Amino acid sequence: MSDDAEKSQQFQIRIRDLHKSFGEHHVLRGIDLDIERGKINIVIGGSGQGKSVLMKHLMGLLKPDQGHIYVDGEDIVSLGEYELNPIRRKFGMLFQYAALFDSLTVEENVGFPLFEHTRKHSAEVRTEVKKRLDALGLAGTEKKYPAELSGGMRKRVGLARALILKPEILLYDEPTTGLDPVATKNVDDMIRDISKETGVTSVVISHDMASTFRIADRISMLYEGKIVVSGSPDEVLRSSHEMVRMFIEMSGAIRIQDGSVAPPVAPS
Amino acid sequence: MESARSRIWQHTVRAVDRLWMTPVHIVELVGDHLTLLGRAAFWLFKRPFRTRVYLEAMEFIGVESVGIVAMIGAFVGMVFALQLTSALRQFGTESYVGATLGIALTRELAPVFTSIVVAARAGAGMATELGSMRITEQIDALSTMAVSPVQYLVTPRVVAGILMVPLLCMLFNCVGLCGGYGVAVYLQNVDRGVFVENARAVVEYREILQGLIKATIFGGALTLISCQQGYNASGGAKGVGIGTTRAVVGSFVTILVLDYFLTDVILFLQRK
Repeated sequence: MSDDAEKSQQFQIRIRDLHKSFGEHHVLRGIDLDIERGKINIVIGGSGQGKSVLMKHLMGLLKPDQGHIYVDGEDIVSLGEYELNPIRRKFGMLFQYAALFDSLTVEENVGFPLFEHTRKHSAEVRTEVKKRLDALGLAGTEKKYPAELSGGMRKRVGLARALILKPEILLYDEPTTGLDPVATKNVDDMIRDISKETGVTSVVISHDMASTFRIADRISMLYEGKIVVSGSPDEVLRSSHEMVRMFIEMSGAIRIQDGSVAPPVAPS
Repeated sequence: MESARSRIWQHTVRAVDRLWMTPVHIVELVGDHLTLLGRAAFWLFKRPFRTRVYLEAMEFIGVESVGIVAMIGAFVGMVFALQLTSALRQFGTESYVGATLGIALTRELAPVFTSIVVAARAGAGMATELGSMRITEQIDALSTMAVSPVQYLVTPRVVAGILMVPLLCMLFNCVGLCGGYGVAVYLQNVDRGVFVENARAVVEYREILQGLIKATIFGGALTLISCQQGYNASGGAKGVGIGTTRAVVGSFVTILVLDYFLTDVILFLQRK
């Protein structure tokens, strides 16, 4: 096996030298990032560092000014909207505020991808949707509209919708933002369980350090439009990069012992 | 002195800049709309064909506008008949009320009024709907589910506009003529036979066709403008409001400007 093929076996998504500007504002300044297959990959970074912009590039929602994004070895940057659709079928995405269709019920929202991409009858779709909703603790919400749900529930419905076509890659845009600590832990557990059960490649955009160290297999930090550090949680903890240290210490997620840092107590 | 002069200079430069930006801006705006039209047309011929989405758009733009179009049609026909009788009576030519009303309605009043009513009602609704879908990331969500937002949201609406506005225009013609007939014959004592005979002699198929061609083009234009403003909304609730205002104002201006040039072209072609 050639070196390249081996790498694309290990890394499902590979980003090389990605640049993106909005007017004068140079947001991404040469991103190099590898997303490991079947693992939970977390990209951390402060507000306004371009995390969401980076995420939108992964699915071709934005076009970069320069650079390459390889998904399973295929460069998606040059693809048009029509050619992108088969690639997008590999992805599921959970938006920060769930982005549910507010004119549709929960059932219709979760069933939407099935109606669009399979030839299943509505009875089959309904059964499958119900199964998925039950598994996420949403039984009985089928006929409700998104506006009638709490923020946490909406996120779970969004997740059910993202999962229904059994994607290979699941993107989470700030999944724990705006949730209380208990709900945050529930979402963390959910991400980990889904990763374990389905073997899906997870990409999580977050600034929540406690969550990050609780679930990540691989952490990358975005700072001033570049990935400044990337590796396992241990490697990131040991990093000497100034911003990384500041982020870790300021977040309070990590207890500092004798000048060395240790990960927070792992939850059961 | 020096600073005053440099300030005047700066103002001048800025004014020239702004003057120059206006045509640039207009060209950009037209370009954006044509790009969206191109994308909408491209997706029209791609699978899947979602009949339900098309029917929903036609219901929203067409069926739900029937009441308001009929009401406005009736009153426009009525007031026009009233004005015409009073004006033509001065020359003793009130027998031409039917003919004049017929020409005015079928050629101009019906397509323009119908399109303006649809732009105010359905156009504003579409811009708001698409705008709020944009700012709450629902449009991005469609893309992530490998569903083209243009194919799902824009193409059906533009097609529905092209199909439904001429139908509504025809309704406007009928109701307007009936309203005008009622006022002229029953309230203004114009002779019934003369009214109908004169109208039939003058209003030919090509008059009606002229109105329908206009209505078709206006229908496409107003839905395209409304979709474009909603689809590209940004900046929260305020942005959606701005998009909706632009959709309605832009549609009105476009309809009236297009109307002049279309009339010019159509009359030129009919004379040949």
